[in-house]
Amino acid sequence: MEDILNIFVKSIFIDNMIFAYFLGMCSYLAVSKTVTTATGLGLAVIFVLGITVPVNYLIENFLLKKGALDWLLGSAAADIDLSFLSFIMFIAVIASMVQLVEMVVEKFAPTLYAELGIFLPLIAVNCAILGGALFMQEREYTSIGEATSFALGSGLGWFLAIVGIAAIREKIRYSNIPAPLRGLGITFIVTGLMGIAFMSFMGIKL
Amino acid sequence: MSTKTLKLLSDPLNLNNPITVQVLGICSALAVTVKLEPAVVMSLSVLFVLAFANVIISLLRNTIPSRIRIIVQLVVIAALVIIVDQVLKAYSYEVSKQLSVFVGLIITNCILMGRLEAFALGNKPWPSFLDGVGNAAGYSIILIIVAFFRELFGSGSIWGIQIIPDSFYDFGYVNNGLMILPPMALIIVAIIIWVQRSKTRELIETN
Repeated sequence: MEDILNIFVKSIFIDNMIFAYFLGMCSYLAVSKTVTTATGLGLAVIFVLGITVPVNYLIENFLLKKGALDWLLGSAAADIDLSFLSFIMFIAVIASMVQLVEMVVEKFAPTLYAELGIFLPLIAVNCAILGGALFMQEREYTSIGEATSFALGSGLGWFLAIVGIAAIREKIRYSNIPAPLRGLGITFIVTGLMGIAFMSFMGIKL
Repeated sequence: MSTKTLKLLSDPLNLNNPITVQVLGICSALAVTVKLEPAVVMSLSVLFVLAFANVIISLLRNTIPSRIRIIVQLVVIAALVIIVDQVLKAYSYEVSKQLSVFVGLIITNCILMGRLEAFALGNKPWPSFLDGVGNAAGYSIILIIVAFFRELFGSGSIWGIQIIPDSFYDFGYVNNGLMILPPMALIIVAIIIWVQRSKTRELIETN
């Protein structure tokens, strides 16, 4: 149980998707002009990460890993290693889950759908989602609970980052910035400074 | 080579650079630039994947139904990335360990989807190939500049070979540990943008 909480806090602050690994930077830069749209995209990322990472965890552990097919074929399958297929499987899962989530949300929660709206389809090609799946594979989490808490934590970290930068960008519009740095340049610098601030969380352990 | 094909290659290097102007593919660009070697390997991988994905999609452009084109593109890219990943694991395992998940993340690199959507779907294979090479080169230039400075100031070496002489260290010179941390990559890219935009004023954003 402590592990789950620890992974959660760690993936929000220390292994923050944006400040430590630069994942999902494209949409982070493109959609952070106002706080409202940033909140929408952030929520959508938490949502999709929370669904796709556990699903990919199950696929990894019951289909792809070496010896993962034991439950189906018995000991004959001990040598089958399909992990080279993981990229294609993960991206297929993500693309189809996004489609599915979009349909389900549209049917059962129309208000949420109207809020997330255009952001849901964009998310299929957000690096943070595939990055979540690949980190889950690399770090070899031992249970689906750990994988889920990692996914939700990373999503929350991404959400914090994008809402923070959007708030700063709303204010920075009125500042006198050197012309060549306006827009993209200053956003990079502010992100860098926020990253340095987030580094002070390093070493937290619950 | 005619001026038009030459333009396909040279435009992405400066005026239409994928990273500093189109703002595509930043995710993977920054995380691999602590040292020069992984940055160069990453650049070559992107070059390979982008050039061939462009050619394949351009060959298929009249047969892909537009409703499912995203999935088709993702499958083509993922297959090429798997090839790159397996080759890296076989021939330079150390580098592939350093790059960790970022080889896989070439799949969702926005440069790929962006170029496939914007160029390969509407052009013949040869121009698409050049466009892929040009854009990958524009991406590589930024990566290599950033990695060069980060390795030089962060570890005092280039390509793993020590450049700053021992006498400097005896004199009290210390490697700048900040350069190794992720945020400095962002700040170096911002400086590159600053330099580039003060040279070519038409790139300056107004808001």
